Amino acid sequence: MASNANLVHGAHAHDEHEHHDSGPSTVLGFWIYLMTDCILFASAFAAYAVLFGNVNGGVSGKDIFELKYVLVETFALLFSSITYGFAMISAHKGNKSAVLGWLAVTFLFGATFIGMELNEFHHLIAEGHGPQTSAFLSSFFALVGLHGLHVTAGLVWMAVMMTEVVKTGLTSRSLTRLNCLSLFWHFLDIVWICVFTVVYLKGAM
Amino acid sequence: MLLGKLTLDAIPFHEPIIMGALSGAGLMGLVVFALITKFGKWGYLWKEWLTSVDHKKIGVMYIVVALIMLLRGFADAAMMRTQLALATNGHMGIFPPEHYDQIFTAHGVIMIIFMAMPFMTGLMNIVVPLQVGARDVAFPFLNSLSFWLLVSAVVLVNLSLGVGEFARTGWVAYPPLSELSYSPGVGVDYYIWALQISGIGTTLTAINFLVTIIKMRAPGLKLMQIPIFTWTCTWANVLIVASFPILTGVLAMLSLDRYLDFHFFTSEAGGNPMMYINLFWAWGHPEVYILVLPAFGIFSEVISTFSGKRLFGHTSMIIASGVISVLGFIVWLHHFFTMGSGADVNAFFGIATMIISVPTGVKLFNWLFTIYRGRLRFTTPVLWTLGFMVTFSIGGMTGVLLAVPGADFLLHNSLFLIAHFHNTIIGGAVFGYLAGFTFWFPKAFGFKLNEKIGKAAFWFWQSGFFFAFVPLYVLGFLGMTRRLNHTDNPAWDPWLYVALFGAVLVACGIACQLLQIVVSLRDRKKLVDETGDPWNGHTLEWSTSSPPPFYNFAVVPQVHDIDAFTDMKEKGIAYVAPAKYAPIHMPKNTSAGVYIGAFCTVFGFAMIWHIWWLAIVGFVGILASMLARAYDNDIDYYVQPEEIERIERQRLAKLGIDVERYDERDTGKSAARPSKAKTLEQV
Ligand code: HEM
Ligand SMILES: [Cu+2]
Repeated sequence: MASNANLVHGAHAHDEHEHHDSGPSTVLGFWIYLMTDCILFASAFAAYAVLFGNVNGGVSGKDIFELKYVLVETFALLFSSITYGFAMISAHKGNKSAVLGWLAVTFLFGATFIGMELNEFHHLIAEGHGPQTSAFLSSFFALVGLHGLHVTAGLVWMAVMMTEVVKTGLTSRSLTRLNCLSLFWHFLDIVWICVFTVVYLKGAM
Repeated sequence: MLLGKLTLDAIPFHEPIIMGALSGAGLMGLVVFALITKFGKWGYLWKEWLTSVDHKKIGVMYIVVALIMLLRGFADAAMMRTQLALATNGHMGIFPPEHYDQIFTAHGVIMIIFMAMPFMTGLMNIVVPLQVGARDVAFPFLNSLSFWLLVSAVVLVNLSLGVGEFARTGWVAYPPLSELSYSPGVGVDYYIWALQISGIGTTLTAINFLVTIIKMRAPGLKLMQIPIFTWTCTWANVLIVASFPILTGVLAMLSLDRYLDFHFFTSEAGGNPMMYINLFWAWGHPEVYILVLPAFGIFSEVISTFSGKRLFGHTSMIIASGVISVLGFIVWLHHFFTMGSGADVNAFFGIATMIISVPTGVKLFNWLFTIYRGRLRFTTPVLWTLGFMVTFSIGGMTGVLLAVPGADFLLHNSLFLIAHFHNTIIGGAVFGYLAGFTFWFPKAFGFKLNEKIGKAAFWFWQSGFFFAFVPLYVLGFLGMTRRLNHTDNPAWDPWLYVALFGAVLVACGIACQLLQIVVSLRDRKKLVDETGDPWNGHTLEWSTSSPPPFYNFAVVPQVHDIDAFTDMKEKGIAYVAPAKYAPIHMPKNTSAGVYIGAFCTVFGFAMIWHIWWLAIVGFVGILASMLARAYDNDIDYYVQPEEIERIERQRLAKLGIDVERYDERDTGKSAARPSKAKTLEQV
């Protein structure tokens, strides 16, 4: 991916030495940031693993998880990764309107995911299974919510990127940024697969 | 409602000591403010420093913050020593428990997060890009942002002195004590947000420097040839990237407990306080290596430079630092052997801890072998290094003792522990930073520090350290636990008095240090270093002028050796001007970091006091400033060859190099080396 960013780099400053905030460096930096995020998620997973048995006499995962619902949610997110991939392919071809189209589709899938998650949270809280009830629910809401917050941030970022592409077209700067968002988006997908497995599948067993 | 929990009662009018400290600090602030205004320096300060993205200036600002925080942290320490010397035999001393508890918490937090970390980061900022032959860091704006996030957190911590209170939990803020039910005040919230904001800044710094070191090295500089200080910083940055997110996570969980009634660490509804302690130390132990590894790097540079020899075992030093970093992640449980995790688990962590002393020992022998058959010059940085070698060895040995779970059951949370970690953190990290401070000061400012006063500072610190902390080992054996507000055991008294005397000696040491800066500033003409290479250095930072031009290197150097600059001097290409200069791409200054930092302070303050509308203002402000920066197109420029030529000519002239001769340089290889430059290398 870094090399792709490289291809289109000529548009900007080009002396023989390092460029500040240049594409490949930015992408490497973003990778390292993702690793830190990975560890943040690892902490949340660890907390969940420690606390998921502590239901405080209340509900456990089996009682509240609806696998089918979550499966639909999961597929919304997985599809959004595929469509983001299409957006990147169009971006490297320099096809601005296709990029915008695919980003919009991705955005809709992502928004669907978040909408469904909020709906799930709302239901749980309305039925008296809010995060205040037990340590299990605290860690559940925190872990899933942390992922949800990331997806929301990704959506905001995507909206900003769409505006940027509309306004300035596919410059080397916006390509680097689209590249980073791409990494972010796929990363969240991978995290979600872990959430789905560890929280929902294991919990419903 | 409009101001959340904030009322006028939050200001401790009835506490004469706090009000005294506040008015003192306020007065000093006013004086500084007035002086800057009088000399009309606000514009200069803003343009040249506060909005600067130059890594050298950011580094200097980090160290200024660290020194100020050293004063505050030491004031706390002095108050504790005074209290404990007074509060015996039925006297209660000068601080009531609820105030004293804030003092030791603030002391620990400030010394570690706001003194040691910025000191380390500042030195790294000044030196690392120069050592790898880069013109700046990979993300200069991000670097400025990291600094302002730190300042934002520093402001919050110091606000807690006058508005509300600080945590009374100790610097580790263990639950359930730090939960809302036992700490209903805002103290813990100040703690949470200050650590959270500065922690994010630290993470960004680490990412920035890792990319700098990976991507921006001068041509020819192979990984294993990177100078040792940069290598130890690299390991420290890897540790930051791997451990600080855990701190972010655990503080976020504690916040959820306190703000939204979650049950991560409460003692009801299934919460698990021990999980906090595990997560905290999974960050906290790597953190001590983050502090000490760069100090090891500094000692290595100092010892090899002043022995006039190449560092013994460069590669083994790199590997040893790596082994320490990895092992640093599997020892966290030694902070709570008493948790009751059983003999097997304790044995594992105990042994893992002891094994760390092996790579550390490797380093010690490397330093000794570097000195061996060298001609050690006893300068101030060398004194700090020798002091470190003795002091840190003692701290390391008491650490191995504490790593024996059985012994730890007796010594846990006693003053023996306090003595142990001050032994390593002062003797290791702080001595290292002070060595680095003296060593690289001429690089940053163009003149050396006064040696005499510097040496006096060292001897006060060194002797003060032993007087202040050896008694604590004894007191630990006598059964005195940490965080006591007053005592009633006459057998302890003499030792407490000796410890107070030690703190007085350290105070003299700190005073010497301040005096050293003032006197050296006064005598800067006499102490000037025009060569850029005052110690006959080995690495690239010494190859440019002091202070270096803003672009660091007029021509990016070609590296062939670990001691790249020694190599250049030996080959006679150290001070040779190139045939022609190329334009240099540089970042422009920006005020975005200042604004984002300011909004973070607003946001943090609002969260602490539950002023929700203000929190929204702060948050929106942060986002808006980030967007504004992201779409600012006016962020870089080129320095033109004429300007570079002008700056470089001045430098050559100072070096006594015949500038005119260089005008003929296109015609032939006028690389004939100037005579003065030659003598420079032989001093
Ligand atoms: C310069 C001289 C220093 C003196 C005289 C000093 C003194 C003290 C004292 C009296 C305590 C309280 C011990 C107790 O619990 O009874 C303490 C705690 C502590 N000190 Fe220092 N200290 C010094 C420097 C430092 C430095 C440089 C650091 C770190 C870089 C540091 C980190 C800590 C920490 C983390 C605690 C524990 C706070 C807590 O209990 O939560 N100290 N120190
Ligand atoms: Cu430890």
